[in-house]
Amino acid sequence: MADKLWFLIPEIWLFVGVVVVSVMGLSRRKMFRDLLPLVVCVFLVGAFIITPLLYSEQRVSAAGLLMPMLGKYVKMLVCAIGVILTMLSVGLIDRGLEASMSAGRTRFDPIRVNRGEYFSFFMLSIIGVMLVCNANDLIWLFLALELTSLPTYIMVAISRPSRKAQEAAVKYFFLGAMSAAMFLYGFALLYGATGEIELTKLRDVFAAQAAAGGLNRVAIVGLILTVMGISFKMAVVPMHFYAADVYEGAASPVTAFLAFVPKTAGAVALILILSTVGWAGHYGNGAHGLPREILTALWIMAVLTMTLGNIGALLQRSAKRMLAYSSIAHSGYILIGLIAGPPHGLNAVLFYLLAYGVMNTAAFAVLASFERKGEEIESLADLAGLRHRYPVMAVAMALAAGSLIGFPPLLGFTGKLYLFIAGVDAGHIALIVIAAVNSAISAFYYLWLVGLPILAQSTPQSETVVAKSVVWPRVAAVVTAIGVVILPLFAQSLLKASQAVTVERETTVLDVTLVDDQPKHPTSP
Amino acid sequence: MSLVPLMILPLLGALGVALFPGRRAKWIALGVSTATFLYSVVLAMAFDWHDGGFAFASDPPVGWLDEFDITLSMGADSVSMFLVLLTTLLMPLCIWGSFTAIRERIKEYFAWMLGIEAAMIGVFIARDLIFFYVCFEFTLIPMYFLIAIWGSTNRAKACIKFFLFTFTGSLVALAGFLYIAWQHAALPGGKWTFDIARLTTFAATGLSATEQAWVLLALMTGFAVKVPLFPVHTWLPLAHTEAPTAGSVILAAVLLKLGTYGLFRFVLPMVPEAVVEYAPVIAVISIIGILYAGLICWVQEDIKRLIAYSSVSHLGFCVLGLFALNPLGVQGSVLYMINHGLSTGALFFLVGMIYERYHTREMSQLGGLAKRMPVWAFFMVFFVLASVGLPGLNGFISEFLCLIGAFTASADNAAYPGVLGPWYAAAAALGMIFAAMYLLIMTGKVVFGPLKEPAATNNSHGVKLPADLTFREIGVLAPLAVLCLYIGFQPKPLTDALQGPITQVLAVYPETVRQHLAENAPAIDELDRVILTMTETDSDRNKGADDG
Repeated sequence: MADKLWFLIPEIWLFVGVVVVSVMGLSRRKMFRDLLPLVVCVFLVGAFIITPLLYSEQRVSAAGLLMPMLGKYVKMLVCAIGVILTMLSVGLIDRGLEASMSAGRTRFDPIRVNRGEYFSFFMLSIIGVMLVCNANDLIWLFLALELTSLPTYIMVAISRPSRKAQEAAVKYFFLGAMSAAMFLYGFALLYGATGEIELTKLRDVFAAQAAAGGLNRVAIVGLILTVMGISFKMAVVPMHFYAADVYEGAASPVTAFLAFVPKTAGAVALILILSTVGWAGHYGNGAHGLPREILTALWIMAVLTMTLGNIGALLQRSAKRMLAYSSIAHSGYILIGLIAGPPHGLNAVLFYLLAYGVMNTAAFAVLASFERKGEEIESLADLAGLRHRYPVMAVAMALAAGSLIGFPPLLGFTGKLYLFIAGVDAGHIALIVIAAVNSAISAFYYLWLVGLPILAQSTPQSETVVAKSVVWPRVAAVVTAIGVVILPLFAQSLLKASQAVTVERETTVLDVTLVDDQPKHPTSP
Repeated sequence: MSLVPLMILPLLGALGVALFPGRRAKWIALGVSTATFLYSVVLAMAFDWHDGGFAFASDPPVGWLDEFDITLSMGADSVSMFLVLLTTLLMPLCIWGSFTAIRERIKEYFAWMLGIEAAMIGVFIARDLIFFYVCFEFTLIPMYFLIAIWGSTNRAKACIKFFLFTFTGSLVALAGFLYIAWQHAALPGGKWTFDIARLTTFAATGLSATEQAWVLLALMTGFAVKVPLFPVHTWLPLAHTEAPTAGSVILAAVLLKLGTYGLFRFVLPMVPEAVVEYAPVIAVISIIGILYAGLICWVQEDIKRLIAYSSVSHLGFCVLGLFALNPLGVQGSVLYMINHGLSTGALFFLVGMIYERYHTREMSQLGGLAKRMPVWAFFMVFFVLASVGLPGLNGFISEFLCLIGAFTASADNAAYPGVLGPWYAAAAALGMIFAAMYLLIMTGKVVFGPLKEPAATNNSHGVKLPADLTFREIGVLAPLAVLCLYIGFQPKPLTDALQGPITQVLAVYPETVRQHLAENAPAIDELDRVILTMTETDSDRNKGADDG
């Protein structure tokens, strides 16, 4: 137990940050309130530095987690992207209020300021993702997932003073609650089928059931419900309906947050849940891979998610809605890695999360850098001819879009290549061909994001768009755009980092139960 | 010697162009591309043209992803060397040729030109599949911008169509490559690797006939779009017509060759059984392309579009030669890649020079330009004749070899039996007649006859161009003309040098073709017998009826 607590130090540290930030947000002095993002960054960087120090070999082996090393990579990833997301949020909350306070029209009123709350919820949500990695039982997993989601509902609502944001928040909240009910129901069935709530024990029971002739039916239903419920966090079809409206309603920095943090939580939770049944292929279908029912469900979900996401994005004229649908499509690509499983699939998922986090945040950072009369820009047409006035931002947008297409040699290509290799390695050729065709479809709409800023001429409408007075979103855009270009050079070491996560897991899994007598690769079909 | 500078120089040059002030951009670009050319000439001198293997390999190659053995390994055989030389020669000419045509966003333009040079060279020297794929794809980006920014009126549609067609095709090809690599990894004790040499040897023997057919389909999807073959050629006329002059030259001269190079380097050696099985189908598709595009050329009004369609037609010969599966045909095909690059590239330059002066490419508005610009007219006639295939110029030798390759690719050829035959060659030869007709009609209208110039002429951009070609423009065309003449009279050094790699690629074919013929021959006999018995019973029955 004590060993498990060691791993919670980054979360505890961030929680201290939450308290500090929420108190500082109530300060009368403007200077303190303006320092909030910096404080958040300090705490995130602190957590980033602490995390690798905690994962010593002895603690990892004593922790008794299903996938003990998972946290190291995911926590560092979330903290790093978190810093960028913080930059996006600078100057977002309470803009009007702060302006009128410094102009002397309004007096400071602790009831009305939201900035502190916003950043504490921001950090709480990140803590939620980190806790997901440490989860070793279903209840912990549920609480951690909800800790990730609940703050985001409020973040959406307070992100901008507009009815749209409130509508989005309510929609998001109700659908989120429904999904929570769904996977909670799934958890209940899992408990009913196995009598266990600890993930490691679940795995043992499943292995025993499999050896005795197949998984319990109830367990299968429970697993499918769980997967469906959690996939809401990733905006996977058919749990994707909220995405476009919510992404559009929230302010761009919050949308960037929604597209990365809950998605990561969902992907990690799915890795954990699916690991309990494993990819060793003991469960009735004779082949390597997940149990047949779950495989079928995930396969269909992946294909629908990629296809509907991309087709949906094709039809949009709002940049934010387009990126919302594209984020759905990218969840479909991530599902390929989950379907493929070890040895490459899970690493590919983790690596893709990194790639997606960087490139998607870059795209949103560009959107978040601009405004028109205090309102943020939404439509694609607003980006036309951006090059004339903001060449650097235009290039950043083009790089982000190129990377989202998966164009070599940018970061997105590396991620996609790894996912594709993982999928092919597990024998899912058809899935890879579908994904390849989908990538081609996606090129069509991402090219708008390349073409409009760089090639198109300015229009009277786009001339009225100006950069925000705060510089940080632009800094974030530049940093992530550079990352999109530079990171592929370090792909080797990043891959190693993501592999360390699952290498550890395999050793623990193998010596407990699963004696895998299947060949590692299926022979040619 | 190392191949690395071939890519590094243009890349650094692109960076330099982007950083230095705009005025110097064109001179930096010209200097860097000339330096690259000189370096490639030095390499060519050090290259052993009779070896047949891959030279200048970096050993050990620079790794990128060790887990899947993805490296940045390079190497060049004589086919690669020729195409690299073609690229490095054309680039300075393209850059020099666009000195006056490009007036806005100059820095960007020259940076993209150097970027595309690096990518194209990368394609030809890559010895790792993923490295190849990255370069192959990356050529899209500069060309996309070249068309989109400096293209003519319809550029938005052209660049998107070009991008989407090629991108989709090559993604499918990537799936095919991944499949081969996966099968290699799935062998007992196999490891992931993307080393081209190893995967080629593996694929030729390790894949079943059905698998080979699927891989062939995937790779053809990728390369046929790039070549382009009928019916996926529709992006090409648009892209060629809308691109700026240098962009069209690069597209025609080098980018299309990426497709045929891919066919030569991957399709032929990797999936021989499937190639033998489907060679007639591909040959028929190429012939349809040759004839169909030829007919379209005939009715074109726009000179540039005419030359664009003629590329579709010409590249059909190139593919036909490859799938003849004998040394003559493949030699012809590889020579065709070089010759088409020289002559069609020059034709696009010539059209660009007209466009710069008259701002039109309509045949109806131009005529008798020989009177106004004799030097231009000389070059125009020269390159049209080279393109038509006049003996003594370069086009003839390669077209002739392709056709004779297809002609002799029949079952009774002892050394290299093939699956095509005289009929294929005869049908394709019609394309030569078409080519002569449409190109000569065009020349007749534009160069000779009464002088006709559009009313609003010359120099709306403020840079005064003389009526006839300037020294710079002659300097761009002359090297190409000299090479056309040299290859036309002396193809032997080239064909000799190509011997080695081509023999290697074709090594498995005679045996595979014989097997294929042996397997299919009894089936035909069987069919004959069935038909025979059917007719016999029919006649028996008729006889019976007569009797009754």
